[in-house]
Amino acid sequence: MDISQAIAEKLRNLPPSPIRRFFDLVEGMPDAISLSIGEPDFVTPWGAREAAIFSLERGHTHYTHSRGMLELRQEIARYLEKRFGLGYNPETEILVTCGVSQALDLALRALINPGDVVVVPEPCYVSYAPGVLLAGGELRTVATSAENGFALTPELLETAAPGAKALLFGYPNNPTGAVLDRAQLEGIAGVVRRRNLVVISDEIYAELTYDGDHVSFASIEGMKERTVLLGGFSKAFAMTGWRLGYAAAPAPVIDAMTRILSYTMLCCPTPSQYAALESLKNGQREVARMREEYNQRRRIVLKRLRSMGLELVEPKGAFYVFPSIARTGLSSTEFAERLLGEEKVAVVPGAAFGKSGEGHVRCCYAVSLEHIEEAMRRIGRFLEKIM
Amino acid sequence: MQDILKLLERDARLTPAQIAERTGKPEQEVRETIERAEKQGIIRNYQALIDWDRAGSEAVRAFIEVKVAPERGIGFDAVARRIMGFPEVDALYLISGDYDLHVVVEGASMKEVAYFVAEKLAPLDHVQSTVTHFLLKSYKVSGHSFEAEEEVKRLPAAP
Repeated sequence: MDISQAIAEKLRNLPPSPIRRFFDLVEGMPDAISLSIGEPDFVTPWGAREAAIFSLERGHTHYTHSRGMLELRQEIARYLEKRFGLGYNPETEILVTCGVSQALDLALRALINPGDVVVVPEPCYVSYAPGVLLAGGELRTVATSAENGFALTPELLETAAPGAKALLFGYPNNPTGAVLDRAQLEGIAGVVRRRNLVVISDEIYAELTYDGDHVSFASIEGMKERTVLLGGFSKAFAMTGWRLGYAAAPAPVIDAMTRILSYTMLCCPTPSQYAALESLKNGQREVARMREEYNQRRRIVLKRLRSMGLELVEPKGAFYVFPSIARTGLSSTEFAERLLGEEKVAVVPGAAFGKSGEGHVRCCYAVSLEHIEEAMRRIGRFLEKIM
Repeated sequence: MQDILKLLERDARLTPAQIAERTGKPEQEVRETIERAEKQGIIRNYQALIDWDRAGSEAVRAFIEVKVAPERGIGFDAVARRIMGFPEVDALYLISGDYDLHVVVEGASMKEVAYFVAEKLAPLDHVQSTVTHFLLKSYKVSGHSFEAEEEVKRLPAAP
């Protein structure tokens, strides 16, 4: 039997990861300086780790409620209220998930009927397109551009919105670092309202903004009732390996998502929930400290890249810079592979994030300043060589 | 000023240019702020944090609890100033609780520290009693762990 023929159709139709080959190359070079790891270099603050360890010592090793421990949901509700002015009922409108990754998967599966169109602005996180396809939806991408700071504009959304069911977007953005302010979000909301779209808003980087506080899409007038807000602990609280996030949405959506989760995951890891609880209760100081560090690194990276003559849009959120390498005449993949091979610095080819990412590379600055400085030196050397 | 001070406290070797890059402030402003802070005694000194055990030093540190009968009208200051003057005294704090002054003393040997306490510290006017605690091991000093650090493994690439 050729079992590869038994693989489900929808997976065979899923395009292979444009980034896989590059990641394999990086793995083969452990001494390369990697600016291609999309997670904090910080270890989870001790308070959160200690809380999880203590919960294990006390024997909290059993299943929790499918929606997540009530105490955690209450704390998430409090956090969303205090930080972003959002009022969600912790009993019915919040679901604890295994990372934003799972929350996204559940939201898509709860909302998308076969053939439903989902509008996805690119460049975007690598999981959005596969997520839509796996949920049986139809993908409709729109290309944001460096000219308007990689923002999703109402005009752009309007070109794709007719007949669409949902909009899936994430700001602060991976890979561009772009942020949308209240006015920009209100513009988008206008189209959303007019075209009656459901919105899935990935706000995993909400705590990492460097020019004013993040504005949640759900806080825009009239949007909360039609938005699934995705948030998590991976980036702000440095809890990537714990796999803990949440969704906040109107009760019918949370109910649908909960049903899927309860059948497929049962509940999220209990120790992770305790760590998340501690992070919310007492972790803001650490968040602020890490954010300040990222900001310092951001300033230095921007200065260095600009001094090399690279064009870029100043990122105001997340921990990525997305400079244009068009001047080199190389494709983003060629650039990244050559930089890796010749100077042992890994950056992610922009093509990995959608067609409109071509001509750019993503540099992640969640790395120590020493590594950043050395990587910048090497990139500078590489550019001098090839131009 | 706070951001500049915090950076210098963490790494005293940072140049004004480096601080300017990290804070986004102009270099001239950073220089002037540092100069002002030095003049006002906000920045007292620039120091390296040394793990003397690792350096192979046999020097001895002790924390000494000192109970004081404060002088009327002067309080603890007069006694504190007397104690502070000794070069053996590395640090001196007035604290709440069972005793009054917390003195950190350094000497070449336990005998030397004990001698200092007995001959110079305890006999001072207004010092009622002393209790000496010798430092055995430093785990964490000024925000830095002195323990061996394990390298944390990360994936080489992740979306």
